[in-house]
Amino acid sequence: MSVLLIAEHNNKELKPFTLNAISAASQINEDVHVLVLGSNSDAVSKAASEVPNVKKVIHVNNPIYENYLAENFTSVVVKLSDSYSHIVCSANTFGKNLMPRVAALLDVSQVSDITKVISEDTFLRPIYAGNAFATVKSNDKIKCVTIRPTSFDPAPTSGGSAEIQNSEAGDATDLSKFIKKEEIKSDRPELGTARVVISGGRGMQSGDNFKLITAVADKLNAAIGASRAAVDAGYITNDHQVGQTGKVVVPDLYIAVGISGAIQHLAGMKESKVIVAINKDGEAPIFSVADYGLEADLFDALPKFLEELNKLNTIQK
Amino acid sequence: MKILVAVKRVIDYNVQIRVKDDGSGVVTDNVKMSTNPPDDNAIEEAVKIKEAGKANEVVAVTVGDDKAQETVRKALAVGADRGILVKVDGTVEPLAVSKVLQKIVEKEKPDLVFMGKQAIDDDCNQTGQMLAALLNWPQATFASKIEMKEKSLEVTREIDEGLETIEVNVPAIVTCDLRLNEPRYASLPNIMKAKKKPIEQINASDLGVDVKPRIEQIKVEEPPKRKAGIKVASVEELVQKLKNEAKVI
Repeated sequence: MSVLLIAEHNNKELKPFTLNAISAASQINEDVHVLVLGSNSDAVSKAASEVPNVKKVIHVNNPIYENYLAENFTSVVVKLSDSYSHIVCSANTFGKNLMPRVAALLDVSQVSDITKVISEDTFLRPIYAGNAFATVKSNDKIKCVTIRPTSFDPAPTSGGSAEIQNSEAGDATDLSKFIKKEEIKSDRPELGTARVVISGGRGMQSGDNFKLITAVADKLNAAIGASRAAVDAGYITNDHQVGQTGKVVVPDLYIAVGISGAIQHLAGMKESKVIVAINKDGEAPIFSVADYGLEADLFDALPKFLEELNKLNTIQK
Repeated sequence: MKILVAVKRVIDYNVQIRVKDDGSGVVTDNVKMSTNPPDDNAIEEAVKIKEAGKANEVVAVTVGDDKAQETVRKALAVGADRGILVKVDGTVEPLAVSKVLQKIVEKEKPDLVFMGKQAIDDDCNQTGQMLAALLNWPQATFASKIEMKEKSLEVTREIDEGLETIEVNVPAIVTCDLRLNEPRYASLPNIMKAKKKPIEQINASDLGVDVKPRIEQIKVEEPPKRKAGIKVASVEELVQKLKNEAKVI
């Protein structure tokens, strides 16, 4: 049987995490079919067909799929599900919103947010904010699985030429209506995929002080993250939140500034390759996961950090 | 307008989780339990809507063992009018919970169902969406703002890219984000009053719902430990280590 992978995209291009999901899907079974539900989204199905791991693209083009409304997406997925052993998508806000609605209609107990494929029915997933890992086996006929994108490498984007099959739209519902999306545009790398992330916490004391973080981020070509406390305090918008209910990041370098290190925050960053903590409280829990801890006032340390970076001849990008 | 709020009893978010030696799960004996944090936001929002005169009843429901009553009692102490405990023993998966809630919705006929977007124990993030599917109701997940309209809700959702606003017809399911509101604390008089509010007890088996887990939990393990790092004395030393030792800049 084959795997049906639901693509996330913006009708122009595939979202990067779809590539990670394709990798995970092909570890389950090599026969991966990508479902593109969109409006004027030919470029997306073409891009998906060029991913070497993809064996077939099913393209459903209809204005009702212009925006993500789980109510509209679900019926098509359910209709196609008969031919598949697995339905897979990313465990980000896209997949978290959609997959359970599909699973319930198929009477399937979903496996959420897997970090490893052990076999085609057995998976590893974090529970309790990553403070424990459960190995679970799904016995349902169709398996609905969401994957943690940062735990899988992205699939290559060229070299493939999968068949694109056009398919009929499902029923439109009038249960819900899209109104608007306030997307924060940035020239920086995306938080989920950046090589370097620098995050600020409550210790930043104000939104304005985040300019100290921005200056270092510019220098390191880093994405900017934040703890929940900083977002709750209104210093920075929610799309920057790293943690159990925010984003999970696994950069080569994670710099936590003025972040105490609550369990919920650690859940989102402790798999990073190298962790730096800058905090004036030497007892802060963040130091227990940091490879390099600097006990210092961030308002002194950040400008000095930038100064030292400026002295370097080269900086990796 | 009647609002049903689903709440779950979980290990308190401040407790350091310990995995059992035999790998069968995490230690829950003598561990502090609380209401799942975003479920507190769900109750708060429902009570606020009632206080604004836009709803006349708030009912709190939980699915769990006898002790799960505490969670309903807490909801009553912050303003819910009455409670329902659907009794089950052992693990219940989100699919089973959503089937139980479907029965409760059919019986109670609420206009809205609120709950937290995710439980912090199994981190599944499924129940609200599943219930919406079973009822064929719209879903507004990860809500950080709810505006009541005539026969619909306008909901701002927290998504990866920022914020999204959708309109959902009533009846609807809303799953609540932590930034939706600031949950209140129960006052002592209200805690006393809550003891007199009714909690109806129902056995899941009487609802005709199969709550047996479908997923086999093979083992639970500790996460891989990070090896202890070092403290550096100065910014200069930090930059030197990052450049020459860790080689990440």
